[in-house]
Amino acid sequence: MNEINPPQAAEYLRFLPEIILIVAGALLMVLEGVTTTPAQKRRLGYFALAAIAAAMLGGVAANNNSGQAFHRMLTVDGYGTFFRELVLGVGFFCLLSSFEYLRREGAETGEFYALVLFSLVGQCILATANDLLMVFIGLEVSSIASYILAGFLRGDRRNNESALKYFLLGSFATAFLLYGMAWIYGILGSTNIDDIHNVLSGTDRIVPLPLIGMAAALTFVGFAFKVSAAPFQSWAPDVYQGAPAPVSAFLSAGPKAAAFAVFFRVFMTGFGPINGRWVPLVWACALLTMIIGNFAALAQTNVKRLLAYSSIAHAGYILVALTADSQVGMAAMMFYLASYGLMNVGVFAVINHVANRHEKFVHISDFAGLGKREPATAALLTVFVLSLIGVPLTGGFFAKFYVFRAALDSHLIWLTVLGLLNSAVAAYYYLKILAAVYMQEPGEATSTLQPLEPGLRLTIWATALGTLLLGIFPSALIGFVSNSAATVLGKLGP
Amino acid sequence: MDTVLFIVFAAVAVACAVNLILQKHPISSALSLVGVMGSLAVLYLLLGAEFMAVTQIVVYAGAVMVLFVFVIMLLNTGQETGGGKSWFAQVAGLPLLLAFIALMGLLICGPLMPRLRAVQFGSWHGGTARAIGRAIFTDYLLPFEVTSVLVLIAILGAVVLARKEID
Repeated sequence: MNEINPPQAAEYLRFLPEIILIVAGALLMVLEGVTTTPAQKRRLGYFALAAIAAAMLGGVAANNNSGQAFHRMLTVDGYGTFFRELVLGVGFFCLLSSFEYLRREGAETGEFYALVLFSLVGQCILATANDLLMVFIGLEVSSIASYILAGFLRGDRRNNESALKYFLLGSFATAFLLYGMAWIYGILGSTNIDDIHNVLSGTDRIVPLPLIGMAAALTFVGFAFKVSAAPFQSWAPDVYQGAPAPVSAFLSAGPKAAAFAVFFRVFMTGFGPINGRWVPLVWACALLTMIIGNFAALAQTNVKRLLAYSSIAHAGYILVALTADSQVGMAAMMFYLASYGLMNVGVFAVINHVANRHEKFVHISDFAGLGKREPATAALLTVFVLSLIGVPLTGGFFAKFYVFRAALDSHLIWLTVLGLLNSAVAAYYYLKILAAVYMQEPGEATSTLQPLEPGLRLTIWATALGTLLLGIFPSALIGFVSNSAATVLGKLGP
Repeated sequence: MDTVLFIVFAAVAVACAVNLILQKHPISSALSLVGVMGSLAVLYLLLGAEFMAVTQIVVYAGAVMVLFVFVIMLLNTGQETGGGKSWFAQVAGLPLLLAFIALMGLLICGPLMPRLRAVQFGSWHGGTARAIGRAIFTDYLLPFEVTSVLVLIAILGAVVLARKEID
C-alpha cells in the first residue's frame, strides 16, 4: 500500500478561487434564511459581488504559484487563469446587471446569487481541469446551476420552457460525454489528459485508431452541445429567449467560454496526436455552425432570439480557430472569447434596460427611437453591435482578424473565405437593430423607459470601454494569450 | 460456473432494459429498471467489485428506485398516451439500431480490439471497501469533494423550485 500524502498548502492555494466561491455560496444560503426585506437581500447581492472580486484576486495568487494540484487533477497555468478571470468577470457583470431585473420582477433572493457563484465554481474548475473526471464534474456543477438559473422565475412560462429544454437536452449531451470518457478510460487506462497525450503519441501504440476515434467522437458530441455548435445547436435559441435577460447574458458568455477552454485543451493536447482524425470533423462542424447561425438569425424579430443565433454563429468562428489546430489558433480563441464576453454582456445589459417588467419589450421594433431618448445608451449599444459585426476599432474586429489569420496560417483557404462571407451576411441582421435605434420614431417601449439604474450603467460603460480597449490596444492581451497558449502546447512532448 | 452466471445475469439485464423501453406504463418501466440494477450488481460481484455491487443495490435499487416509484405514484401518471413517433424515427429507427449493433460487434469482436488479456473471473481483488476508500481520499480527493458541491446545488435547486414567494 502506498503512503498517503495529504495535499500541500500550495495545492490549496492553486484551488483558492473555487474555495472562496464555495464558502461564499454556502454563506449566502445561510444568510438568505435570516434576511427578510428587499434592502437586506440587495446586500446579499453586494456580498456575492465582493466574493467574485475576491475570487479574481485568488486567481491571480494561484497563478503566481502555478503548477498542478491534487494528484494532477488541476493544472493552474496562464491558460487556466485567463479563463478563470474571464468567467469571473462575466459573472461579476451579469450579477451587477441582474439587481435591477430581479427588483423589477420581485424576485430578489439569495438563492440567485448563490447559484451564480456555484455555477462559476464549475466554470473555474473547467478552466483548469487536467483530468476528464474533473472535466465531467466541473461541467455538471456549471450546468446544473445554469439549468436552475434559466428557470429562476418559476411563474413565467417562458422561463419554464427554457429550463426544461436546457435540462433535458443538456443531460442527454452529458451522457454522450460521459460515455466517451468511459471508452477512453477503458481503452487507454487513464482519464488524465497528459497521460492520454503520452499514450497516443507513443510509438509502441497498441491502441487501434478507430476505437479511440470513436471515443473522441463521443466526447466531441458532448462538447459541441455545450458550446452550441451545429448540429447540436437547437437548444440555444429557446433557452436564451426564455431565460431572464441577465441569465441569458451569463449563459452565452460564461459557460460557453469555459466549455471552449476545456474543448480546446482536451482536443489540442489530449487528442493532439490523432488530429488527422478530428480536424476534418471540426472543419465541417465549424462551417455548418456559421451558416446555420447566421442564416437563421436573418429571420428573427425577437432580439434575444437573434442574439442566440448570433451566439451560435460566433461559436462557429471559434471552431474555425480549433480547425486551425495551432498555437496561433488557440491564442485567437482566447482573444475571441474575451471580446465576445464583453460585447455580449454589454448588449444583453441594454436589452435588460429596455425590456421592462416581464420582458415586455424584446422585439427589434421596441428599440425604435432609443437614439433620441437616450443618446448615450444608444451610442454604447452601437459600439457593441459594431463589435459583434467585427468593425475596426472594436474588439470584435481583432477577434475575427486573429481567428481567420490563424486559419490562413494553417492553409484553410476555403474555410476562411466562407467564414468571411458569413460575417458579411451577419452585418445585415445586426444593422437591423441599429436602424431601429436611429431611424425610427420612439415607440411605446422607449417612451416609457425608466432611468438607467447605476448597476446597469456601470455594466454597460465598463463592457463598452473594454470592447474599445481591445479594439484599439489589442497587443497587450494578445501577448499574454500567445504566451499562455505556448505554455499549454509547449510542455507537451513531440 | 462464473461464465454461466455471467451469461444468465447479462441476459436478464438486457431483457429488462428492452422491457423498460417497451412498457407503456411508468410503473412497469420503473420495475424493469430495478431488474437492470439488480443484475448489474451481480455482474459487479462476479468481477470482484464487491463494494460497487453493494452500493448498486443500496443506492440505485434501494434509494433511487424507491424515489422514482414514489414520484410516479404521487403524480398518478397513467398509461403513456399517443405514441407520437416522428417520421424519421419510424423510417430510420430500426436500420440505425441494426447498424449500431453491427458496428459495435465489429469493434468488439473484430481485429480492432487491443490485444489484452481476457478478463478472468475472480482474479482481481481491488474492489474492496478498503481499496476504494483509499482511492477516494488520496488520488480522487478533489473530484470526491467537488461532488459534494454538486449535491449542494441540487438541494438549492429544489429549494428554488419549491419556494412560494416568487410569482
